[in-house]
Amino acid sequence: MIIGLDVGGTHTDIVLVGDNGLERKIKVPTDTAALFQTVLTGIEKITQDIPPEKIRHAVLSTTLTTNAIVQNKLSPVGMIISGGPGIDPELFRTNDHYFTVSGSIDHSGKEIEPIDQTQITDIARRMQSDGIRHVGVVGKFSARNPDHELQINDILAPYFDKIFLGHRISGHLNFPRRIHTTFLNASVYPIHKEFFEAVKASLQEKGLSVPIYILKADGGTMHFDASIDFPGQSILSGPSASVMGSVAFAPADKEIIVMDIGGSTTDLAILINQTPLLCPLGIEIGKYKTLIRALNSHSIGIGGDSEVRLEGTALKIGPDRLGRAMAYGGSTPTPTDALFVLGKGDGGDREKSIQGLTPIAQKLGLSVEAAAFEIFDLACQDILTAAREMIGRINSKPVYTIKEALDNYQISPRHIMVIGGPAPYFAEHMEQISEFTALKVPQWSVANAIGTALSRTTCELTLFADTQKGIAMAPEESFSTSIPSSFTKKDALALGHELLTQKALQNGADIKDLDVDVLEELEFNMVRGFRFTGKNIRVKLQVKPGLIHNHQTITDKISAM
Amino acid sequence: MITAKHKTGLVFFPAFDWAISPTHPEREERLLYTQDQVFEEGLLDIDGITEFKAGLVDVKDVQRVHFCVPDEQSVMTKSHFISAGGAKTIADAVMKKKIDRGFALVRPPGHHAMRVVHGGRGFCNINNEAVMVEYLRAAYKVDRVAIIDTDCHHGDGTQDIYWHDPDTLFISIHQDGRTLYPGSGFPEEMGGPMAAGSTLNVPLPPYTSAEGFLHVIKELVLPILDEFKPDIIVNSAGQDNHFTDPLTNMNFSAQGYADLTRMLKPDIAVLEGGYSIEGALPYVNVGIILAMAGVDYSNVREPDYNPENLRQSPQITQNVEKICDTVMSNWRARQLIQNRMKGGKTFDKRRRDIMYDTDGIYETQNETIRICNECAGALRIDSTADTGSHILAVHIPRKACRACQEQGFEWFDSAGSYDAVFLQNRVDDTYQVRKKK
Repeated sequence: MIIGLDVGGTHTDIVLVGDNGLERKIKVPTDTAALFQTVLTGIEKITQDIPPEKIRHAVLSTTLTTNAIVQNKLSPVGMIISGGPGIDPELFRTNDHYFTVSGSIDHSGKEIEPIDQTQITDIARRMQSDGIRHVGVVGKFSARNPDHELQINDILAPYFDKIFLGHRISGHLNFPRRIHTTFLNASVYPIHKEFFEAVKASLQEKGLSVPIYILKADGGTMHFDASIDFPGQSILSGPSASVMGSVAFAPADKEIIVMDIGGSTTDLAILINQTPLLCPLGIEIGKYKTLIRALNSHSIGIGGDSEVRLEGTALKIGPDRLGRAMAYGGSTPTPTDALFVLGKGDGGDREKSIQGLTPIAQKLGLSVEAAAFEIFDLACQDILTAAREMIGRINSKPVYTIKEALDNYQISPRHIMVIGGPAPYFAEHMEQISEFTALKVPQWSVANAIGTALSRTTCELTLFADTQKGIAMAPEESFSTSIPSSFTKKDALALGHELLTQKALQNGADIKDLDVDVLEELEFNMVRGFRFTGKNIRVKLQVKPGLIHNHQTITDKISAM
Repeated sequence: MITAKHKTGLVFFPAFDWAISPTHPEREERLLYTQDQVFEEGLLDIDGITEFKAGLVDVKDVQRVHFCVPDEQSVMTKSHFISAGGAKTIADAVMKKKIDRGFALVRPPGHHAMRVVHGGRGFCNINNEAVMVEYLRAAYKVDRVAIIDTDCHHGDGTQDIYWHDPDTLFISIHQDGRTLYPGSGFPEEMGGPMAAGSTLNVPLPPYTSAEGFLHVIKELVLPILDEFKPDIIVNSAGQDNHFTDPLTNMNFSAQGYADLTRMLKPDIAVLEGGYSIEGALPYVNVGIILAMAGVDYSNVREPDYNPENLRQSPQITQNVEKICDTVMSNWRARQLIQNRMKGGKTFDKRRRDIMYDTDGIYETQNETIRICNECAGALRIDSTADTGSHILAVHIPRKACRACQEQGFEWFDSAGSYDAVFLQNRVDDTYQVRKKK
């Protein structure tokens, strides 16, 4: 059996899935101030009276690091940035202890200017005396040549507890994002480590020593031990929990828009043949643009608790959430109140909703039921508009080859899957007013936790080969090897596959779950002075997000429930 | 967080799967390192810089500008449709005010492609800028356009297309034609009888550096633009004046290119040549993009940049100043020159031999233009190529008077024995072909 736990803003959903499908499900209130307690209570409750040996592992999706960033409760870190010519790295400053140092590497990985040892030692001493214990080091083009970052690491090592190097964090070229990503990794490291070590210890005390995985923003998982070096991977895992939950029930051959209707937002994502689309570079959170792999999800400010108001005679919903629905004691009318008025509420006070909507209905010259329907309809329309816009954006993504330009591959989802909120009502109405067909999500209220439990371990690998220099390298994996001049793209793909497999296993993947996908494969003849001098080869591979190999027996049972 | 002062659009189409031939300068690898630099600098994350997907031009867009022999499909590859399409995408975004300015970083280039196209010359088959400009005129009623060509090679194709158009100011700044392909672009080349002065050529001596280029912009180009008052300024942004370019002999730099862009303020820039793919293009393109967006570029420089080594000699400075003076006096005398060229004639004729170096084709043209005081004049081109083609191309300009339209129809209708007769009627935006039976 597998535990899936997804911490949400108000509730934490916990499920236990196994041979009988959904063995157990519970919801506990989320106490943001005492997240550890929430998680522990959740796991204790779900495993009550279950023999520990029956539990294979637990996957946790928490808001721990996300909240720390959003609430700006990050631990102080030091950043050492080596940029060289180009845009002034001062413009990417992340924090107080942010130092730009000498040293420069060009796009081919050639050293242009060495680093200055004395300068770095001076900064190290200064940061140490200011009490800094964790440091990020980022160089421009370190994804092509990590030497400077490694040299700086050696100088800093005696002074600090933990050092994060930019080139280990992603194989993508994007210096500002590498800075932000490294900064976030260093900044959330202490809370991430402390939190999960505490969870592990507490569970062990209770005799539950199961492997713990964290859910990542790309819809994949990672073993906790591996996540210590990449704690940023746990940021914004929430949306991926729900999307992976819908993957469990999506048909194998369809393009689908997943709509996760929450309290303050609706998150949209796209599934193509059970695989979620990834965003090109990485998550954006607050003022940070990162290289943390993530699902391509789009969030709009319309949810069950969004503010409903009149602007002139026009109804408007969101993007602000001013509190809970009036049915639950809030003071502003919301789409949830509209559902209550329409007789589709659950547990709240319908009278309060009617009171709340009456002034709007009067101004519109409608009965309160008619006004409620208008509000519900508008919420659906707004979500559908955002979905169509998202499809448009995905289809207008630039391509760089003639083949792609002529293929002009376009997605055209015809189906929607709605989860969260009172999903069935929304799904039914959206189907009526749009070109989309709604597909059923069994157990939609805990689909997020089911998705968390059933997701497989994912990772990505970038390999770069230059036969002129006779070298193939994957700096992210601290890998480099010499290659013969006959090395080809095919060889690069084979080597990449091997490295990706190693990485996935290190991250806790099951060998049966390695569904590998080539993201990029480019091979260029390098010509210098009208003469062929070698090949420049670039490949990117991933274990793509999806469900663990034996999920079918579990999901079939859940569907049949 | 960096914010662009001017909302700037980019179309990046490196055509990673297209080359003229495997070791040709115009090959797959050309924009690879530019992509690396643009990505690593994070330019696409700058608030106010937007990347657009390159569209495709259609045959109709090409037919507003060119006479392709025997037809468009035969002289264009898919990459040409996308490269010109990239420029068109940027133009649309500017006109729809999605962006203030835009840069089409596309290949293959286009500025050596002339009005009649039998094949490729100077790595170019169709003229990306002209196709874009005539699209702007057809779709958005844009009238006056300035094209400033800062490629190191004379923009002889663009010059040919706009030779008779008084509404298009074409200024080409390039390495002296006595020392570089295509061997043309001298100050006396100023346009036809109805348009003399709207073509201006500024040949610069080899080893001219930033100082010389910026002198031309400041002292010559900007004052003329002020007088011409274009609705749109287009920059044919070749990058082969760079001190590391393998095909040319100039001493321009990334800083210089960025300064030039800042001063010129083009609405639309379109990449042309530039073949120092590792040492120049990555830095020049970053400089140009930042300058267009109005973001500080002062720290953008090439690894081997040393301004001391690039300083131009006093002799070059003198030559540059002299050539600017000549071109400026020609510009001032343009009305006189036009009158002298018209000289009471009904028709003006010229005969030209055109070499298609890329495809190894040799063409002879006999061109006739109707001298007109009302419009740009009907144009007739009798073209023979050693491919065996003999065609007649008739062009009725956009604002043609009644008489010139009649003349165009008459030439088209009465044409004798040709492999094909073409009529490009820009008044009603139509294109007709009559093939030999």
